Amino acid sequence: MLADKDRIFTNVYGFQPWNLDAAVMRGDWDNTKALLQLGPDTIIDRIKASGLRGRGGAGFPTGTKWSFMPKAPKPDRPNFLVINADESEPGSCKDREIIRHDPHKLIEGALVAGFAMRARAAYIYIRGEYIREAETLFAAIAEAYAKGLLGKNACGSGYDFDVFAHRGAGAYICGEETAMLESLEGKKGQPRLKPPFPAGAGLYGCPTTVNNVESIAVVPTILRRSPEWFASFGAENNRGTKLFQISGHVNRPCVVEEAMSIPFRELIEKHCGGIRGGWDNLLCVIPGGSSVPLVKAEHIIDAPMDFDGLKAVGSGLGTAAVIVMDKSTDVVRAISRLSYFYKHESCGQCTPCREGTGWMWRVMERLRTGDADISEIDMLQQVTKQVEGHTICALGDAAAWPIQGLIKNFRPEIERRINEKRGGGMSPMMEAAE
Amino acid sequence: MPKVKVDGIEVEVPQGATVLQACEAAGKEIPRFCYHERLSIAGNCRMCLVEVKPGPPKPQASCALPAADNQEIRTDSAMVKAAREGVMEFLLINHPLDCPICDQGGECDLQDQSIAYGRGTSRYDENKRAVTEKYMGPIVKTVMTRCIQCTRCIRFAEEVAGVEEIGAIYRGENMQITSYLEQAVTSELSGNVVDLCPVGALTSKPYAFEARPWELKKTLAIDVMDAVGTNIRLDSRGRQVLRCVPRINEDVNEEWAHDKTRHAVDGLVRRRLDKPYVRKDGRLVAVEWDDAFAAIAAVNAGSSVAAIAGDLLDCETMFAAKALVNALGSSLLEGRQTGMDYDVTNLGAVAFNSTIAGVEDADAILLVGTDLRHEAPLINTRVRKAIKKGARVFAIGPEVDLTYKAEWLGNDMGLLGGLPDRAAEAMDAAKRPMVIVGPAALKNGHGAALKLAKDGSLVRTLEDGTTWNGFNVVHLAAARMGALMLGYAQSGGIADILAANPKLVFFLGADEVDFTKFAGATKVYIGHHGDKGAAAADIVLPGASYAEKAGTYVNMEGRVQRGDRAVFPPGDAREDWTIFRALAEVLGVTLPFDDFAGVRAAMAAAVPELGREGLVRFDWNPPALDAKASGTVTYPVTDFYLTNAICRASPTMQRCSAELVHGQDFAEAAE
Repeated sequence: MLADKDRIFTNVYGFQPWNLDAAVMRGDWDNTKALLQLGPDTIIDRIKASGLRGRGGAGFPTGTKWSFMPKAPKPDRPNFLVINADESEPGSCKDREIIRHDPHKLIEGALVAGFAMRARAAYIYIRGEYIREAETLFAAIAEAYAKGLLGKNACGSGYDFDVFAHRGAGAYICGEETAMLESLEGKKGQPRLKPPFPAGAGLYGCPTTVNNVESIAVVPTILRRSPEWFASFGAENNRGTKLFQISGHVNRPCVVEEAMSIPFRELIEKHCGGIRGGWDNLLCVIPGGSSVPLVKAEHIIDAPMDFDGLKAVGSGLGTAAVIVMDKSTDVVRAISRLSYFYKHESCGQCTPCREGTGWMWRVMERLRTGDADISEIDMLQQVTKQVEGHTICALGDAAAWPIQGLIKNFRPEIERRINEKRGGGMSPMMEAAE
Repeated sequence: MPKVKVDGIEVEVPQGATVLQACEAAGKEIPRFCYHERLSIAGNCRMCLVEVKPGPPKPQASCALPAADNQEIRTDSAMVKAAREGVMEFLLINHPLDCPICDQGGECDLQDQSIAYGRGTSRYDENKRAVTEKYMGPIVKTVMTRCIQCTRCIRFAEEVAGVEEIGAIYRGENMQITSYLEQAVTSELSGNVVDLCPVGALTSKPYAFEARPWELKKTLAIDVMDAVGTNIRLDSRGRQVLRCVPRINEDVNEEWAHDKTRHAVDGLVRRRLDKPYVRKDGRLVAVEWDDAFAAIAAVNAGSSVAAIAGDLLDCETMFAAKALVNALGSSLLEGRQTGMDYDVTNLGAVAFNSTIAGVEDADAILLVGTDLRHEAPLINTRVRKAIKKGARVFAIGPEVDLTYKAEWLGNDMGLLGGLPDRAAEAMDAAKRPMVIVGPAALKNGHGAALKLAKDGSLVRTLEDGTTWNGFNVVHLAAARMGALMLGYAQSGGIADILAANPKLVFFLGADEVDFTKFAGATKVYIGHHGDKGAAAADIVLPGASYAEKAGTYVNMEGRVQRGDRAVFPPGDAREDWTIFRALAEVLGVTLPFDDFAGVRAAMAAAVPELGREGLVRFDWNPPALDAKASGTVTYPVTDFYLTNAICRASPTMQRCSAELVHGQDFAEAAE
C-alpha cells in the first residue's frame, strides 16, 4: 500500500482548502523558478526517466510526446499546451477531484510542462458539466496571476506564460484531442484527420501537445522528488502512482492514489472494503472506464492494475476508472446502456460510427430483452468489427469494444435470454403455414 | 517523387499526392463520397479505405493519406473488400432507397457504388431515420432523409462560394445538414451543390421530377449569360432544353457554373418570338415571313442601314448581319448597345489578358470599378483562390460584398492617378501584379488604368521567361469580344450611328438600347424573346437562342469556343444567319454563303482567329488615351438574376431575383 509520504495528491479528498495559501503549505509553487531553471531539455529528460505514461487512457510516454514539439518555435507559430480536462468517460472522476481540491498542482504543472515544451500558453479545456470545478479553476488561475506565478515573467523566471481555462459544452467527443482543438477554435467538435498530428499542426495550426490533467499535475512533484522516486513504484514500463477511481458494487467506492501495478484484489480490499457480498459475488469488472472491454471475475482478481497487466487479460487500464459489477448486475443491460452512451456521443462525422453506434445500440436493446435471433449475436459481432478500426478517431473502437467484451464473456447469458423469450426450448417452435 | 506499389503496379506520383491519387495513377478505381478534387479533404465517408504497408494493421482512408516512398497499397485484398462492404452497408441502413422517386436516380454515386462495392442485401431490420426537409432557396431542393453527411456542400459553400451559410447541426446519427437559420443560401453559385451532392439529398428545384438522365439528349454548348464563356452541356428532351450543367474546362469555369447559367434555360420556352410581326396602326401584328420581308424592302433604305448587336449573339449571326449591311453599302455596326464608346483600336487594351486561370497566380490584384461577384462570378472564385495563395486584393468603387476581404480604397476613379501607399507598395512589390477593370470603369477610367499598367509595368517578363500581362478588362456580354473582332464598333459608339441617321436599323437581339433615339428609323428586331427590343420594333423577325443554333463565341480573355445546337427554334423562328441570307435575296444583294459551313468559312476568311477554337492572343499595343480619371462609378449589374431577355423570361430567375435580390419572403408551408 502506498505510504502517505509518497502521495502526490495530498488533498484529493478536500480536507484542506484548495486555495493558493493552502496549496503552498502542501508544497506547491515551492521555488518553481528553480524547476524552470533546469531548462526544457532537462525537464523532458527527467520526465522520460520517470517512466510517466499518459494518464488519459492511451498511455503514451509523456516525456517522449513533449520531445516531438519544435525546439525553436517561430514567433508567428508558437507552441501550445492543451490540457484535457474534458473528463467524460463513464466511470472516470479523477480530474474532477484534482481540479476541485488541488487545482494549483495542475496550474503549476501547466507552467512547468509548458516551459519544457517551449509553449507560449496553456489552454485547460474543462468539461462543461464541471461547473463548480470550473469556478475553482478560474479562481485558482486568478490567484496565480495575482501572485505573479503566471503571466509575464512567471514565477520570476523570465519566461512569459499564460494559462487559459476554457469551458466545454458537454460533448464527450471533445475529449478526443483533435476534436478538443476544433472546439477550442470555436468550431464543431469533430476529430481531425491525422496526419498532420497536433505536434505538427494543432491549435490554430500551431504545434500543440494535448495532455491529460493528471499527467500534467504530477510533473512538478516528479521533478521535486526525482524521477527515480517516481519510477520506484509500479512494474517495469508501468511506473509511478495513479489515481484509481473505483465505482460500482464495492462496499466503499472511492478515488484513491495507489502505486501502479497493484493487484486488483489488494486495491479493492485495502481501499474499498471488499466486493459487496464477498469475492464470490463478483461478476465482472470494467477496469479502465467504459470504453475498454469488461473482464470476468476469475481473470481480473489477481491481475496487476497497469497498462500491460490489463492488456494481458484482454482489456486496458484506460483512465483507471474501475467499474465493479457483482452478480446482481444485468450485464447485458449495462453494456446496452454504454452503447446508448456512444450512440448519443458519436459526433456524426464519419460513417461507420455515425450509423454503426445506433445500429449496435438497437440490437443490444433487443438482446437485453431477448427479442432477437441467435444469429444476430454473430451479426452484432460483425458490425462491431465493421466499426472498429474504420473511423477517424477512437470513439468507434470505444463503442465496439464493450460489446465485443460482452459477447466474448457472456454469450451463454445472451443466448439464454433469447431462448427464454421463445418459450424455453432450445430450438424454435415450428409454425404452421398460414 | 515518391514511388509506390499499387496492387503490384509500380507508379511514381508527384510530391504531396495522396494514396488515392496514386491508386488512380495506377488505374485503380477508388470509391468515394466525401472526397472531391476541388474541395478540402474531409476523410469522413470512409469509402476510400485501402490497405497500406507500412502502417497500422487496419485499412486507411486513401483520400487523406499522403503517398510516401515504398508504400505497398492493396485495393483488392479481402480486408479492403470487407471494409468497403461494411461502409456501404452503414451508408445504406438509414438511406431511404426511394430511388424510383428520386431525381438523382441514374446519376447517383450511391447507386453506382453500391452496385459495384456493396453486399447486395441489408441486415438492418430496425426503423430507418427520417429527417425533415430544409429550405435552401429557390434553386436547391432538399430531401435530407437521403443525405449521407459527406459535407461536400458545406465545404463548397465555405471554400468556393465564400458564403458560410451551409453547415451541420446536431451530432451522431442525428447530424443534419442545413442552411443558416433555414434561409435561402445567398450565393449565385448555389446550384453547384446539386452537382456535388453524391446522392439525392440536394437536387435541382426547378428541374424536380422533369426527366430521367437517360432520356436526355446531351449537347455541348457555351453559356451566354456572361462573358466568361462557361462550358456547358444542355440536356434536352424533344424540343425543350430541360437543364443546363457545366462541363469541366480548367481554363474557364473549372467545373462550376453560376445559377443564371444553370437555370435561365426555363426562359427558353417562355415569351418566345415564334412568328414574324409587323407594326400596323401602332400594334404588332403577326404576319408571314414574306410579308415581313416585304415590309423591310418597302423601307427602301438603300445604303442607309445599320446593325446593332445584342449581348447574347454568336459570331456567325453577327458576321451574317455584317455581310448583309456591308453588301447594302453601309458599315454602320455597333455592339456596345448601352452606348459605351471606349477605345478599341487595340483589342489587347480591352481584353482579359492574364487569362482567367491566370488570376490564381496573381499576388496583388487591384479591382477597378468592378463588382466581380455579379459581373463574372467564376472569375470571382479565382480571385478567392488567389487570396488563398496569399494575394492581396484592393478595390476602387462602391463597397460590395465580394465574398472575400478586399481592401476598399474608395469610390473615386481619381485614385487611379495616385494609389494610396499600402496599395501602391503592394502592387510594386508584387511579382505578378494585376489590374481588373470593370465595365463601369471603362467610361472614365480606361486611360488611367492603361497608364497604371504602363507605369506599374503590368506587362513584364517573368523569371521563367514567360510573359505576364496583368491588365484585365471584364465584360458583361458573351458577344462582346466576338463583336469587337468583327468590327461592331464605331469610334463614338452608338452616337455615331445616330449621327448617321440610318433609315433602317437591325437590332440583333439588342434589348438594352435607348430606342427612343431611333424614332426616325425603321427598327427591325431580330431575336428570340419578346422583350424590350421587340416591344420597340416596327418589324420583328423571330430568331434562335443560343440553345437553338450552333455558334462561335469569344469570351473576355479571347478564347474562341464553339457550341452546338441542342433543340430547334420554336414555331416559325429561324436560325439567324438564314434570316439574313433570305433577306439579302429580297433586298437584291448577294451574300457569300449558302449554308452554315459557308458562313463559317467566310467568317474564317474575314477574321482568321474566329476560324480556330482556342485562345487568341491579342497584341499588347495600348493606345495613348487621356490618363485623367475622376468621378465615381456605379456598377451596371443591379439585379444579377435579370440581366438579359432569357433570364427575364425565366420564372426561376424571377423568383431568385424577388427572393435573393429584393428580399421577398417565400417561406414554404410545412407539408
